Amino acid sequence: MIQYFSIILMLIGIFGLLIDRNILKLIVSLNVFEIGLNLFIVSIGFVNNGIAPILTANNSSSNLNFVDPLPQALVLTSIVIGLGITSLGLAFARKIYKEYNTFDLNEMGGNN
Amino acid sequence: MKKVLAFILVAILGYFMITGLMTAQEFSTYGNVNLDEKISRNFIDKDVNGKSDEIIYGQTSNPETGSANYVTSIIANYRIFDTLGEVTVLFVSALGVSLLFGKNTKKYNFYESNFILKTASKMIFGLILVVGIYIFVHGHLTPGGGFPGGAMIASSILLMYLADNEFKANINKFKQAESLSGSLILVIGLLGIVTSGYFFYNFLPTGTVGETFSAGIIPIIYTLIGLKVGSELSGVIYNFMLEGGEQ
Amino acid sequence: MENNIIEIFIGILMLFAGIKAVTSKKMLDSILYLSLLSMVAVVGFVIMKAPDVAITEAVIGSGLVTAVFLLTYSVVKKSGDIA
Repeated sequence: MIQYFSIILMLIGIFGLLIDRNILKLIVSLNVFEIGLNLFIVSIGFVNNGIAPILTANNSSSNLNFVDPLPQALVLTSIVIGLGITSLGLAFARKIYKEYNTFDLNEMGGNN
Repeated sequence: MKKVLAFILVAILGYFMITGLMTAQEFSTYGNVNLDEKISRNFIDKDVNGKSDEIIYGQTSNPETGSANYVTSIIANYRIFDTLGEVTVLFVSALGVSLLFGKNTKKYNFYESNFILKTASKMIFGLILVVGIYIFVHGHLTPGGGFPGGAMIASSILLMYLADNEFKANINKFKQAESLSGSLILVIGLLGIVTSGYFFYNFLPTGTVGETFSAGIIPIIYTLIGLKVGSELSGVIYNFMLEGGEQ
Repeated sequence: MENNIIEIFIGILMLFAGIKAVTSKKMLDSILYLSLLSMVAVVGFVIMKAPDVAITEAVIGSGLVTAVFLLTYSVVKKSGDIA
């Protein structure tokens, strides 16, 4: 059931990218899209009545019913890269505010 | 008018995605994945190179990887080339931020805080630092690893900057620590070529599964990654607090 | 049966926070709803039995991303330019 909710969250993020005019809100919509995408990738590897993929003193054999550990390793990388992209985008937004004194895309002028 | 058009477009895209998920044959339904047909069965039994027996916590000695956490053994041993690419992407984005904000010199001043806040935040700063170091040193036994441990170190530095207006961290030492850790990761990879002929081969002996000193080069690599990510993100947070005198 | 009820409740909370983050009028409201969405997603990761991903998303999504957004928002001057 969480799979369908994460697809709807991705669609909300795409809707936000098409509709906003403020640069800060564009970056917020991009982050909403990324959270939905990470949830979808982790939900591919779920096994019913599985346990978390760590060997401990209680779950001490490797023949038990584990969840799939490979999508979790890929999502760990993707979350940290999302942080790097957000910080670089916000650094650009601050420079744009110092130059044009507004965050709105329609008031910035251009070479029309 | 623009809102209605965007809503119709998103609704059509959503209809195709959801019916594609429900009727495709490669996607099994939620929760009914059969692990025996996928390559994760080889990662769990630790027999990518050949057949091996059942792995038991505290008894098996010298298995292929040696770490009790399966996600750590995928990130730091079986697929370490992707981790190297990710460290590069983080480095390029931190480089971009420090190029854009390089000429600013004045630090942004928040409200003047009183004596209780300054004293209490020093105690919490030490606690957060110790928890962060614990998480990336024990990456092969407990969940976590290098990336959240480094981010915790960066958020402890953020706490000290927000609570005290006269706190000055030594930025030059952070930059030297970051470049040293990054170079040592590559040196360990090249040592794998020198001793056994493969890039990033696990050349130290892997002990019993579940002890602190086990799993070969995995704790060393995670410690270096934790220090590198921590100092990088501290530099990014410090650059965001400066404001410039002139353009 | 209880697992299904918890999943539906967490899913509806995530959709509410997501819609409010995208369509609100002020900039400060969007940033705070994004932080709420990230915290509810950590509960979603724990339900799917993934502890490594949950710790990473909790530290990065609720600590560092919100701080960087608020440090950029403080550049905006007080007069005008709220929407």
